[in-house]
Amino acid sequence: MEILRSGLLQRALLEVVVLGAACGALGVWLLHLRQAYAAESLAHAMLPGLVLASLAGAPLLLGAGGGVLVTAALIALATRDTRVGSEVAVGVAVTTAFGLGAVLALSPAVPLGLDKLLFGDLLSTGTTDLVAAGALAMLVGVALVAGHRPLTLAVFDPVAAPSLGVRPGQVELALLALLAVAVVAAVLSLGNLLVFALLVAPAAAAMRLGRSVRAQLSLAAALGSSAGLLGLVASAELDIAAGGSVALAAVALYALAAITRPSARGSGSRRSPLQALGAPR
Amino acid sequence: MSVAAPERAARIEVAGLAASYGPSEPALRNVTFTADGGHAVAVLGPNGGGKTTLFRALLGELGAVTGTVAISGATAYVPQTERSRLDFPVSALDVALMGAYARTRWYRRVTAADRVLARAALQRVGMAEQASTSYGTLSGGQRQRVLVARALVQDAGVLLLDEPFAGVDATSEEAIMRILDELRAEGRVLLIATHDVEQARRWDRVLCLRGEQIAYGPPAQSLTNAVLEATYGEEIVMLDCGHRAVAIQHHAH
Repeated sequence: MEILRSGLLQRALLEVVVLGAACGALGVWLLHLRQAYAAESLAHAMLPGLVLASLAGAPLLLGAGGGVLVTAALIALATRDTRVGSEVAVGVAVTTAFGLGAVLALSPAVPLGLDKLLFGDLLSTGTTDLVAAGALAMLVGVALVAGHRPLTLAVFDPVAAPSLGVRPGQVELALLALLAVAVVAAVLSLGNLLVFALLVAPAAAAMRLGRSVRAQLSLAAALGSSAGLLGLVASAELDIAAGGSVALAAVALYALAAITRPSARGSGSRRSPLQALGAPR
Repeated sequence: MSVAAPERAARIEVAGLAASYGPSEPALRNVTFTADGGHAVAVLGPNGGGKTTLFRALLGELGAVTGTVAISGATAYVPQTERSRLDFPVSALDVALMGAYARTRWYRRVTAADRVLARAALQRVGMAEQASTSYGTLSGGQRQRVLVARALVQDAGVLLLDEPFAGVDATSEEAIMRILDELRAEGRVLLIATHDVEQARRWDRVLCLRGEQIAYGPPAQSLTNAVLEATYGEEIVMLDCGHRAVAIQHHAH
């Protein structure tokens, strides 16, 4: 294929395939733990960090990480107010961070445009970006393999989990930390707004198709990579934005899975559309 | 390898136990009892009476505990089956295998020996044929039996069972009863949380809780009208001129 001859596209392809696999697999656990909202929040929350790093000429990865940490602290602070629910606290903290990021990003001194931060810049993936994203994705993969049994207990039976040697709260925190790692890895190429699509859509599709957790994890990884591949090829062929194209491909794969398997398999209880989307409890 | 009885007799000794979830007033006070291996103890009380708090204290999950708790034998908790996520794709065998997770290093797979053990445990509770069936599609009673199998894989000498007969059909109730009788005969200690007074009469000892210990002893001694009234307050209804008592539960969860 024509597309594989350009080094630019080769790097972008490799990047999106690696990220798609990591985000896809991670997404399965996020959805099982009903943490999709946290995933979206964390992605948005790193905007001010990205902008500040861009202003200071520091590595964007550093800014993304810092942004996540600050927002996590803000969320912890806001959750202390017991009069509001935790999702309200997250909403307030994240909107604050996002607003701050937008204000900063619209100042003329920022070298990188707001659009690049929000929607990513897959085609400018350099070798360093590729190596960093690959290492972070590898970390996510290893952690998911190592944490498979604790995650299983934390999702399936949080009440009995402590008597079986697992603290569900700690497992959930560890998964959120892993989510932060994945989002940091993906945010530069896929953008602040679109990384969410790769975390949720392939996982949601895999959860309809896979009959075991392992099957769901491998399916989600494969679907995430495929969405990246298809999206990028389509963007090159049709000359449309790469990040958006990848996100749309991921959602299209989900729609395909939904048509093939109209309702969740093997479960007696139907969930509401909001729950199915992983809305906060 | 088989699901053998524990080598050493299990035993629970609790003295002056008070347990709370935080710095607030204890949720449960003044609990003192001893249960020897081979005894099944009904833990009777209204919702919020402290049954779950007692279990969590015995499992060492509550930080703020005063008094002493001495347990010999591994302790397993058998939760109510609808507390688990029924849409999570695991088979009955997967669930039984969870009993081996605590002794499996994170970088290893569950050992072949533990797989044999899990199958044997399912066999014991009469669920061998459903080993690869999705847990969520089993009936309430079948799920309960799988959770008992998980406790057997944990090699527990002490089993804490939370309402094991709630939402269970008559066939499964009989099967579960038979298994519990067997486990007790092997020298294990069973604590069976229930709000069913008739159910409680069936076991060797009854522990009545309502924020504190109301009574402990053999059913004939502990299940007096006075004790039941103290345990349930307004919720108790006497039938047959006081010979039978039924607790009216207001389920609010």
